[in-house]
Amino acid sequence: MQAGDPFSKLRGVPIGVRQRRTQALNFPGKRLSDDDWHDGNCANYILRLDGHKKENASAQWHTADCLSEKLMIRKILTGALTLLAAGTASADWELNMPRGVTELSAATQDIHMVIFWWCVAIAVVVFGAMIYSIFMHRKSKGAVPAKFSHNMAAEVIWTAIPVVILIVMAVPSAELMIKLEDTRDPDLTVVVTGYQWKWHYSYQGEDVAFYSTLARASQAARRRDSGIDPETVENYLLDVDKPLVVPVDAKVRILLTSNDVLHSWWVSDLAIKKDAIPGFMNETWFKAEVPGIYRGQCAELCGMDHGYMPIVVEVVGQEAFDAWLLNEKGAVTSVASAEGDLR
Amino acid sequence: MSNKKPESVSTNALTARLLLFAAGMFVFGVFVLPPVYDVFCEVTGLGGKTKGQAAENVVAVADESRELSLEFVTTVNQYAPWEFRPAVEKMTIHPGGLYEAMFVAQNLTDQFRVAQAVPSVAPAQAASYFKKLDCFCFSAQEFLPGEVKEMPVRFIVDSDLPDFIDTITLSYTFFDTGGTTDDAAMPENMDHGADSAHGTR
Amino acid sequence: MSTAVLDGHAADDSSEHDHGPAKGWRRWLYATNHKDIGSMYLIFSLLMFFFGGSMALVIRTELFTPGLQFIDPAFFNQMTTMHALIMVFGAVMPAFVGLANWMIPLMIGAPDMALPRMNNWSFWILPVAFTILASTLFMPGGAPASGWTMYPPLVLQTGDAFPFLIFSVHLMGISSIMGAINVIVTIINMRAPDMSLLKMPMFVWTWLITAYLLLAVMPVLAGGVTMLLTDQFFGTSFFLAAGGGDPVMFQHIFWFFGHPEVYIMILPAFGVVSEIIPTFSRKPLFGHDSMVYAASSIAFLSFIVWAHHMFTTGMPLTGQMFFMFSTLLIAVPTGVKVFNWMATMWKGSMTFETPMLFSLGFLFLFTIGGFSGLMLAIVPADIQYHDSYFVVAHFHYVLVPGSIFGLMAAVYYWIPKWTGYFYNERLGQIHFWLSTIFVNVTFFPMHFLGLAGMPRRIPDYSTQFADFNSIASIGAIGFGFSQLLFVYIVFQCVRKKGAVATQEVWDNPQGLEWTVPSPAPYHTFDTPPKVTAETAFS
Repeated sequence: MQAGDPFSKLRGVPIGVRQRRTQALNFPGKRLSDDDWHDGNCANYILRLDGHKKENASAQWHTADCLSEKLMIRKILTGALTLLAAGTASADWELNMPRGVTELSAATQDIHMVIFWWCVAIAVVVFGAMIYSIFMHRKSKGAVPAKFSHNMAAEVIWTAIPVVILIVMAVPSAELMIKLEDTRDPDLTVVVTGYQWKWHYSYQGEDVAFYSTLARASQAARRRDSGIDPETVENYLLDVDKPLVVPVDAKVRILLTSNDVLHSWWVSDLAIKKDAIPGFMNETWFKAEVPGIYRGQCAELCGMDHGYMPIVVEVVGQEAFDAWLLNEKGAVTSVASAEGDLR
Repeated sequence: MSNKKPESVSTNALTARLLLFAAGMFVFGVFVLPPVYDVFCEVTGLGGKTKGQAAENVVAVADESRELSLEFVTTVNQYAPWEFRPAVEKMTIHPGGLYEAMFVAQNLTDQFRVAQAVPSVAPAQAASYFKKLDCFCFSAQEFLPGEVKEMPVRFIVDSDLPDFIDTITLSYTFFDTGGTTDDAAMPENMDHGADSAHGTR
Repeated sequence: MSTAVLDGHAADDSSEHDHGPAKGWRRWLYATNHKDIGSMYLIFSLLMFFFGGSMALVIRTELFTPGLQFIDPAFFNQMTTMHALIMVFGAVMPAFVGLANWMIPLMIGAPDMALPRMNNWSFWILPVAFTILASTLFMPGGAPASGWTMYPPLVLQTGDAFPFLIFSVHLMGISSIMGAINVIVTIINMRAPDMSLLKMPMFVWTWLITAYLLLAVMPVLAGGVTMLLTDQFFGTSFFLAAGGGDPVMFQHIFWFFGHPEVYIMILPAFGVVSEIIPTFSRKPLFGHDSMVYAASSIAFLSFIVWAHHMFTTGMPLTGQMFFMFSTLLIAVPTGVKVFNWMATMWKGSMTFETPMLFSLGFLFLFTIGGFSGLMLAIVPADIQYHDSYFVVAHFHYVLVPGSIFGLMAAVYYWIPKWTGYFYNERLGQIHFWLSTIFVNVTFFPMHFLGLAGMPRRIPDYSTQFADFNSIASIGAIGFGFSQLLFVYIVFQCVRKKGAVATQEVWDNPQGLEWTVPSPAPYHTFDTPPKVTAETAFS
């Protein structure tokens, strides 16, 4: 992971393209050119753009369309039944909260499982008693109704026991909550700004900042009647043009704010979800222990394209990160000087 | 309705009381909850809000034994036509000391514009210890076409700041409040969305 | 004991003094009779149930496979928003008000509601409110699309529909407040002479508590949306950071209303189930008084838990702790209720007619919703669950097999009293089993979706979520169409098809409503009844 080209994982986007995007969109405060502005904000414009592309590729488009119909029918036929029977059929199938790659995500999942098993235990007792009663105390079995309608002892017991269980549940999570709030001593701070409908990442004190928008493949396939089967798009709706890159085993502090409406930055493998609120600064943190690519989505309804602003966090080795950062800075510097020339 | 109990209130009186109660809850929602919430925020630092006016009776006595790292973050809301940056992104300060930080903003249009900066502090617990003596966020800022402005904030971070805080982030968000000063007090009309609607008022 | 009154008009035409209903449309437009108004509420809510339900089917059809097939994202958001607003304010709440209108006077021995004219108003405001709300679908910019929670600043981006949204919410609030006042005054002032508060049936009790909740929180919602309105049009900035406001404050105000609202929608269902389970267990309700205290403490606690909807907004640690513990505390009285129902069944002599089946379905599935609620209360876990499909699964489990099953149970239980005819038991049971199976097929997979990371309110999703979404969609369509059977069953009763109901209807049920003929005559309890040991609860 550490060795070799640190950019090999950036989804095959040529470096030139990435730099151009950085150039155009680097300054959130700058008045952007119309094209840039539309690209991020006006779905109609995107539709038009993609419409041109569609014409160019009409031949493949038709085949893809038929294919998607077939796939859909197959899906309807096989979908529910097969999958109900075979829970492990698909490797993608997640039934549970991911364990994640941070100490706190693992702890969160532990707590989740502990409460879950408590609930199962209570359910077994309560449902068991009810089912027993339903089968044994039925009129058709000749049951004669008892007359009791009060029992102080029982009522005290089933008030007291839940209180104890709840305290047992809550105490470990209180400890975890304290850790979650501890944003001290970060190795890296990233300011994350939510936009309708993309994210902006700015590396604090590093002069590296860029937008992160839905990847083009998903962008093309997401439209109604696009003719592209989402199954054929890798990481459909969960891929971006430019991910957030952070070093492994480093404490990354995330400062969150928003440009327009509320957003929420959620990556479940990092056990992070925090709202981005215009005019306010929220903070949270994570320390990823395993290099890899982690995906998430905006979790707070933010308008039309709320479902189309994914988050991709790429955790790389420190060396790879440093190299990446240096490269990004180079890109930014050249933009900044170009900016100076324009004035 | 002969079954009225002797001790009970008449139907009309009871109805009137209940209506009054409902009206009271409305008043509670509109006129009591917001100020209570503001006080609550001020006490707990919820939302990282800092005071909107200059702090009074603050004496600057720097605690040289303790260092704090102070970061500045700027955001421009709704793609408003400003370039807005801190002069420096980071500084090291001593609690209790008086400092000044500069922010630079440029009006990128050829029109007269007004902006309101909204401060926020992270971590939120630090907000109530962050005392501003003077700030460009206390009032709306007016910009001539293309004008570049240097705007200061003078502040003291109270030395009572809890020990567990070692970094404070001060964030300012620039909200466009329209093209004339009369509109300065008006909030931005969100309907207008991005910059296409600006500059015509 | 069991004198069946075969002809409902017998009472109607009996005397000049005891005049029957007006003829034609006047009977309904000028209705002041609690039974007529109750029927109108119930029919209205059934219509809204199908209106909101068809929106749910639009949502689920779109979500059947990945990729957009039928609607655009903007319209999808309008559907989720309208579905919620209509189901909450148009289906569940009016249905319970309808039950209250029909049953509370019958259960406490009152001739009518205390404020019949206000009753008329509070009903007729509703069709107006929902016509306004529905008309926003055809306005420039479309219907509201910011979720039923109406969070600013997003809600301020609503098109022309915005003021109409606010106005219709105001109207719904006014209607609910008037309905609540009516319920309270009726219960306080119009009980039969010997019926002390603690002798009242549980349904009346839960409605009394619900009415107070409504009275306390609907005005707060009205205040909240009024502030949205002034922010948008009159230059205030309650929720706009630019003017010193805070968008999060709206969330506090909304959930100060919103959490008690959750109990407004479930407490009357608790009441219904507390009537039905004793009847079909042939055993009095276990711990009547502790049920009252449990319901009251749930109502009280519901005022101090609201911010558990907001753990991700950035809250001081102490705030998180407080709201976590207060939320967990609510599980205690809720648990008491579940245990008491269990104890009511214990050593009873149960039969399983449709109302009982729906009550049992309620008991099991609401408890599952309670469990996921418990999990959601735990802050670190909530950070993962929040705004994911896990939450969608949770609140649908408490609302559909909770509130809706409670309503279904109530209709099956009391419809012989309303119409004088039994529903078709066989069809009723089929309706129950279809509903129960499909409700689980629909909502259970959503737990997995949420845990695997699918956010709520998205029109399209990554392919890894495809299978569970397909299953959920199949379940939703099945559930939706099963409800047509319910309409047929009810319609058959109204058309007087089916077995004739006796005065008692069921096997020795408790309560004053069973001492009047079936169908209940147009006017009942003109002279207050005697409350005997047989008809009193305690």
